[in-house]
Amino acid sequence: MKGIAGSKESNDCLITIETSKKTTIEINSIVGQFFYDQILKTVEDTLKEQNIENVSVIVEDKGALDYTIKSRLLTAIERMKEDV
Amino acid sequence: MINGVGRFIPNGMQPFVSSDNFLTKERRLISKKTKQSKTVFLDNIEEVFDVLGIDSNMTISFHHHLRNGDKVIKMVSEEIEKRDIKNLHFAPSSIFPSYTKLVDLIKKGNVNEIHTNYLNGEVAKVISQGYLKGKLVMNTHGGRARAIESGDLSIDVAFIACPVVDKFGNGHGATGKSACGTLGYSISDLEYAKKVVLVTDTVVEKLENYQLDSKFVDYVLIVDSIGDRMGIVSGTTEITKDPIGLKIAKDCANLLNYLGLIRNDFSMQTGAGKTSLAVVKYVEEIMKKNHIIGSFASGGITKAYVGMLEAGLFKQLYDVQCFDLEAVSSFAKNKNHIAMTASEYGNPFEKEPICDKLDFVILGATEIDLDFNVNVTTDSMGNLIGGSGGHADIAYGSNVTIIISPLIKSRIPIIKEKVMTVTTPGSDVDILITERGIAINPKRTDLHEKLANSQFPIFEIAELLEISHKITGVPKKIETNEQIIGYVEYRDGTYLDCIRKVKNGY
Repeated sequence: MKGIAGSKESNDCLITIETSKKTTIEINSIVGQFFYDQILKTVEDTLKEQNIENVSVIVEDKGALDYTIKSRLLTAIERMKEDV
Repeated sequence: MINGVGRFIPNGMQPFVSSDNFLTKERRLISKKTKQSKTVFLDNIEEVFDVLGIDSNMTISFHHHLRNGDKVIKMVSEEIEKRDIKNLHFAPSSIFPSYTKLVDLIKKGNVNEIHTNYLNGEVAKVISQGYLKGKLVMNTHGGRARAIESGDLSIDVAFIACPVVDKFGNGHGATGKSACGTLGYSISDLEYAKKVVLVTDTVVEKLENYQLDSKFVDYVLIVDSIGDRMGIVSGTTEITKDPIGLKIAKDCANLLNYLGLIRNDFSMQTGAGKTSLAVVKYVEEIMKKNHIIGSFASGGITKAYVGMLEAGLFKQLYDVQCFDLEAVSSFAKNKNHIAMTASEYGNPFEKEPICDKLDFVILGATEIDLDFNVNVTTDSMGNLIGGSGGHADIAYGSNVTIIISPLIKSRIPIIKEKVMTVTTPGSDVDILITERGIAINPKRTDLHEKLANSQFPIFEIAELLEISHKITGVPKKIETNEQIIGYVEYRDGTYLDCIRKVKNGY
């Protein structure tokens, strides 16, 4: 099952989440040098909050703020759940 | 040693002291070139290289008036590559993304030193990555003129792309199939380079008006085409539609009006960015409403200013480079659209440079720090992405220097404790306008007083930094590579900052 949300516009991010054997998070960010840790924490916290495990998450980030990343991830999770 | 903006400069190099330190110095001038014989017309570049004996270790200069449409720098670069001439020093007034041939010359060691005022695209990228074997020196537009006239930047051969040349060897930019308007950045090269080659695709019998005097011209090289005319338009020339940009522009125009700066006979300069163009539009509205007639606008001129000149809102335009084709055609036909040389524009040692007569200027920034130092040379990761151009010249010269920028660009706060690279010293920067607040340089007590009872959202610059960190989080300090690949040279010839190799590339 797979869900995608967001875009590659400036200040946004594209998030792809897919069921997997274990949880992996991949972050490709234009501001990774400054904010990698914060982006990773936002993704991890959101997954925990939603009790989501064993997924692969890919974040292609164009400088999105944390609340944008979180909302894109929540939408991607919902889309993944609907993807049967 | 540490210079006047707190930056390290290697021993043996003149450190920057202050932006007005040049006032204690004398102007240095080498003699202008004199040529012995008549101008010679040639029609192939091999012959030009042969007669001039272009060889290793020479300094070759260009101007950038044809911007991304330039074919002359490409033509010369290809001939250098063909002959495999090594260790050249290039001094183009700017470097654009289309100058990709230069990438090969840098990588192969044909070009090992570069003096320029602005660069972006692939060339900027490879230099940031450390491919240039010697050093990059980043000048200002006025500072480049100073460097050439003083002999600090000694040019062996200047290749000057010239849209129209007459049979006597006089040249102009106003007409011809590759017309690009004023050729202001090439004048120092014309007058002081040891040898001058005008490269043209249009020869006429006799020019009544011309900017380049044949008495300095050794050779004219006639080619099929010097450039793609559409490529000379500078980036976008449309007004921003971004609501943040529009808010900043509106606040800026209102602030100018509140400060009484939009008054009869005022003068201004802005960049050609989308938000700057919105400022021009709002200033124009205020002028019309209050029946204001300005003295002049200067700079790289855009169609917005052409419209204001034609509507009688400005008496004159002083133009060092035409930013769009509307400006090119205005320059060709309107006597109040006046050419200025880089020296007349911003050379600190010029008697009355235009930059010193400006009431206010509106400029951009990649970064600005708590001391108001501005960086437009590198991004926050240290990658070369631009350069001063006229930034530091007009920031010094104008009475009020305003920086406009969103507080945050793609999560990166524009305000830093320290900018990555100092392009313009904070002592010459007066006001920062962002969408979330305005900061005024503490040394401008006059502006603080005038705005004390206003409704404008005025903050300390440190408070704006805090606001941006609340939104983005605090960015991690990045590691920089210590290898110095170039320098930022101030307009007076002293050194403002070092440019270092990037750690991770793009």
